[in-house]
Amino acid sequence: MTIDVIKPGLATSIQDTGRQGNYHLGIPPSGGMDQRSLRAANLLLGNPEGAAVLECALMGPELSFSESRCVAACGAEMTPRIDGEPQPLNEVFRVPAGSTLSFDFVKAGARLYLAIEGGIDVPEKLGSRSTYSLGSLGGLEGRPLQAGDHLDLLPVATSTREGRRLPESLVPNFSKHYMLRVVPGIYDHRLTDESRERFYEEDWTVASEADRIGYRMKGGSPLSFIDREPPFGAGDDPSNIVDACYPIGSIQVPSGSEPIILHRDAVSGGGYAMIGTVISADMDWVGQIQPHQKVRFVPVSLEAALAARAEYQQQMAALRQMP
Amino acid sequence: MSATTSTTTGTQARYSLAADEFLFVELSEEMTLEAFFRSISITQRLKAMSVPGIIEICPANASYQVRYDPEQISAGELQETLESLDREVSAQQVRTIETRVIEVPVLYNDPWTHETLMRFRDRHQDPSGTDLDYAARINGFDSVDAFIEAHSGSPWFVSMVGFVAGLPFMYQMVPRERQIQVPKYLRPRTDTPKQTVGYGGCFSCIYSVRGAGGYQMFGVTPMPLYDPADQQPHIDESMIFFRPGDIVKHRAIDRDEYDRLSADAEAGGFEPRVVPFTFDLDDFNRDPDGYASRIKEVLHDH
Repeated sequence: MTIDVIKPGLATSIQDTGRQGNYHLGIPPSGGMDQRSLRAANLLLGNPEGAAVLECALMGPELSFSESRCVAACGAEMTPRIDGEPQPLNEVFRVPAGSTLSFDFVKAGARLYLAIEGGIDVPEKLGSRSTYSLGSLGGLEGRPLQAGDHLDLLPVATSTREGRRLPESLVPNFSKHYMLRVVPGIYDHRLTDESRERFYEEDWTVASEADRIGYRMKGGSPLSFIDREPPFGAGDDPSNIVDACYPIGSIQVPSGSEPIILHRDAVSGGGYAMIGTVISADMDWVGQIQPHQKVRFVPVSLEAALAARAEYQQQMAALRQMP
Repeated sequence: MSATTSTTTGTQARYSLAADEFLFVELSEEMTLEAFFRSISITQRLKAMSVPGIIEICPANASYQVRYDPEQISAGELQETLESLDREVSAQQVRTIETRVIEVPVLYNDPWTHETLMRFRDRHQDPSGTDLDYAARINGFDSVDAFIEAHSGSPWFVSMVGFVAGLPFMYQMVPRERQIQVPKYLRPRTDTPKQTVGYGGCFSCIYSVRGAGGYQMFGVTPMPLYDPADQQPHIDESMIFFRPGDIVKHRAIDRDEYDRLSADAEAGGFEPRVVPFTFDLDDFNRDPDGYASRIKEVLHDH
């Protein structure tokens, strides 16, 4: 059983829950940027929760199925179609042998997760099937899909219920104006007080450079750093530091002008000061923000981040228990 | 939470939360081998402790970070553990590490980085020359050859691995007044040839993969550093060759040797010169030049 890729879409890659334990060598976790939707699609189908799926950004692929398989599409609102006929999101449906699955242009959200019964069969690299394009690692030859690719599938292990649907309470509500919660810190003491306050008061617009490595923001006031003699080895720009590790979710501001939120394919370190970190519970949302949408950063405490994390875990537990 | 603790020898460590999964620890604002040594000692001990809930331990040049699962260990508990390791490291004066000396052949002033730097000249401080011309001039060298001599003559300490898969950041093992320093490009390039020897701040690096980069470009090495396809016998299943603490000695090579070594690498037959070595920070601090000679001897006696 294979799936032929007729059109690859804008940036479609194979992702699972990612790989841990290699960040100290420069290999980031990778994996689906919206883990909740990736896991939901697999759980609907009865796949292992972390099975490899297709992450489809903004414009979906066109796929030809040689045999019949059930699929589930969760995350961004991009209507699936079988030979032109619309199909439901967040619900298991069957793609008959010989038919073509395609997607409409995205209406809300940025990334759709297409899980296929059994899961996509590519070799595990460092314990994961996720694509890390910058390192040519994982997925299909370490790169996003191309026209003419063939996707092999693993055998179907469980019986799949067509029509099984995600409970309405677990369907994401996409916004056009996101409030991302941030724990301030790391190098934020290097900002002037005025700059720090303004960073959290202004709207930022997501730039077109928003990908799996990081989301760049524009439109707010440039940040100013407190004057100082640059420490040896850091570099001359006030936003420079002696090259350090970058936490996933951390916000760096090269030359003070355009903040970048690092995501799951992040560069693991470098020489720009980070001024805070998006809380883990909000990272899935970052992956669903489209370019040109608005973002406001909201400073929160560790306690608030942990409370949001607990709420996220409850939603995941509800997904695992869905009827 | 952002707190500091003092230790008997070093500067104060600064602990900072990076949301709910990372703890970031700055040991020194400026780059020093002391800070690196403290970072590697703390992180190695932490790894050996196998603390439940610790997911990733990432040492850097003068700082480190830990990724943890807050359901298994709290930020406060983790910080206490790290503070106690820092005290232990300082008190016990462990100043040696078992490491290796690695010779890296470099074709300086090569045609590929030259082509790339010409393409991105509008992003450079000095569009009239090359990155080597610029670096030689601002560091007070009479000629590019003298600069290459300085870059390839001293040993380098791998003080961090990362940015992209397997890229080594290297710190020059000479007294500070002789260390090379250059700024990064005014705006980062969108392209850098694979295995480019780059330079930014006080760090030399080798780009492990082709891609964006902001460091000045001096040359290329035929030596593969990252092996996602599992075709290089000198690289283990981690896919990454370099480790923090490795000592590197560059060796300037000519085009013929570059072509020969590249063909070897292509065929999976590149054999780097690697010698086991015990690095002693105090010995090095006492006599950096003597240490550099010893490292050369170690490589050539082997």
